[in-house]
Amino acid sequence: MKAPARLPRWAEFGLLPLVNLCAALLISGAIIRLIGESPWEAFRLMVTGAFGAQDSIGYTLFYATDFVFTGLAVAVAFHAGLFNIGGEGQAYIGGLGAGLVCLAFGSWSPWIVVPLGIAAGCLFGAAWALVPAWLQARRGSHIVITTIMSNFIASALMTYLLVNVLIKPGQQSPETREFGPGAVMPAVDVVLGKFGITFAPSPFNLASLLALAACLAVWVFIWRTRWGYALRVVGQNPRAAVYAGISPERTIIVAMLISGGLAGCLGVNELMGSQHRILLDFPGGAGFVGIAVALMGRNHPLGILAAALLFGALYQGGSELSFDMPHVNRDMVVLIQGLVILFCGALENVFRAPLASLLGAARKAPLT
Amino acid sequence: MDAFRELILLLAATIRVATPLVLAALAGLFSERSGLIDLGLEGKMLAAAFASAAVSAVTGSAWLGLGAGIATATALALVIAFACVTHRGNQVVAAMAINIIVAGLGPALALAWFDQGGQTPQLEGPGQRFLGIAWPGTQLARRHPFPGLVYAELLSGHNLIVYLAAALVPASAWVLYRTRFGLRLRAVGENPLAVDTAGISVNALRYQASLISGVLCGVAGTYLSTAASAGFVRDMTAGKGYLALAALIFGKWRPYPTLFACLLFAFADAGAARLQGVALPVVGVIPVQFIIALPYILTILLLAGFVGEAVAPKAIGVPYSKEK
Repeated sequence: MKAPARLPRWAEFGLLPLVNLCAALLISGAIIRLIGESPWEAFRLMVTGAFGAQDSIGYTLFYATDFVFTGLAVAVAFHAGLFNIGGEGQAYIGGLGAGLVCLAFGSWSPWIVVPLGIAAGCLFGAAWALVPAWLQARRGSHIVITTIMSNFIASALMTYLLVNVLIKPGQQSPETREFGPGAVMPAVDVVLGKFGITFAPSPFNLASLLALAACLAVWVFIWRTRWGYALRVVGQNPRAAVYAGISPERTIIVAMLISGGLAGCLGVNELMGSQHRILLDFPGGAGFVGIAVALMGRNHPLGILAAALLFGALYQGGSELSFDMPHVNRDMVVLIQGLVILFCGALENVFRAPLASLLGAARKAPLT
Repeated sequence: MDAFRELILLLAATIRVATPLVLAALAGLFSERSGLIDLGLEGKMLAAAFASAAVSAVTGSAWLGLGAGIATATALALVIAFACVTHRGNQVVAAMAINIIVAGLGPALALAWFDQGGQTPQLEGPGQRFLGIAWPGTQLARRHPFPGLVYAELLSGHNLIVYLAAALVPASAWVLYRTRFGLRLRAVGENPLAVDTAGISVNALRYQASLISGVLCGVAGTYLSTAASAGFVRDMTAGKGYLALAALIFGKWRPYPTLFACLLFAFADAGAARLQGVALPVVGVIPVQFIIALPYILTILLLAGFVGEAVAPKAIGVPYSKEK
């Protein structure tokens, strides 16, 4: 196979993503200049928009929580050599699961409903990933194609359910009724308030702790368990895995179930933490941001955490930006997201070789 | 007679819906047959839709718009080829990157240049759009609905791009199966090493395939914004690129079955609009969303091997490296 230049770890996980990010920002800056606005001013507005006040920090961390879930989802599948583009659909259906539990048991104690909702979110997300997983494992159908198709099917299914079945009677917009009081993931400002600390209200909620736990769990799973080892072997070399007595089929299915379950947790943050009802298109593209986050974070939970924070800041800063610059809005953030995917993913070899020779790392690199 | 009229109108709508699908699916046919996964159809089309509408709005010429659409989609195809063929990057990642970049860049530029909330201005001037061409004698033909409507509604009255798309299907089949280029293209998608051994450049062939894909996506995108509707709106491809890819898979990477799949999907789409709320015998009211999801469900079933079998070009998605 191809033999990309080897980089020392700090460059692989720090310098290279940074160089890629700079390239993406540079092009975005050039486009903002082309539009006739000042890139520096836009940058400054974005940073203050994302971190300038307590509530904007809250929003940044709220978005980051979404992206940790979807980023981890992409990463787990990636370690098994699978490209799961279906995070968006899995998150959508996962949210349905969490939402149904919340609608049904919303009047019970949160100590029961919240864990139940999380479990349902994971379960539904995993179930939605099961079909593409099974097809890849048993029939060899390309997982990229089947996960894309399942995104569209999820979207059609959710539109049908919300418009025809779950809609609150007597209202126009396709949304369910509000969840009961027990089905609410407590907001961080409320929790801090109980300890006498005042923090401006924002949708930032305790699902972020779940996201941190998920990071840790994914790290332990991938690098410290037998299952994770099997997953990485299948990802690197499915044939070697067979000789080692690992079943690629089973591993693929397990990886995709975990991936779908992680994506499904997005519903916990968005619906139980913020919206308190099921509504149309609540994932809002977070499943695709997950691809950028995983690529930039080099599929490592720590990297994903950092990349998710960056994208959280970009999303929050981007929406603030449009108030001061009427000609620039959040579309610019989508553009940056695409550029990050391009540079960190598709064009990573372009910067890798010059960086490697620059660092002089090439000479001591062992052959792979 | 009314039922006949309805049917003819439904089929005419099918043709209009199918046109961008056919063009995009043919685009995918060339690149996928050369061994490149073409998930970027969506982005290339969307970019062309924006570029053609913007240029047509500014210059007043749909033809200049078409040129801009083709140029933009081709440029993006080259970016993907640069990443995936020259640098052997991941094809799926590159295509997703392009799709997302275009989804952001189109509305961002439209907002900055036209100040209409991420759209281009309505194309209302003469010559700004590709309009339907009425064939001679349609008025006469309408008087005798039975064979006449077929001529007046089904054959006549479409715009130039529709006829172009219809002509491109046999043309593509001819290029793919009857020319030396087509033979090499199919070979490079199955066994690039053999092509390389024969002294033909794998990369050059894949670049050529990408260029063809770019041109066809450019035409498809132009159709969306300057023929089917009057201007660019946010996310106006709405998954048509992926649907075209589904049709390509459904057509097992062959021109005529792919055309058939496009027409089938388009028929379902055109029918969905008419069937809204109508109770059918036996099944009752079919939810529109089910019909929208149907092409994707069918494709998954096909990929699962439940309806026939779809075998992709063998070398698809695998970057080629001489040193291997």
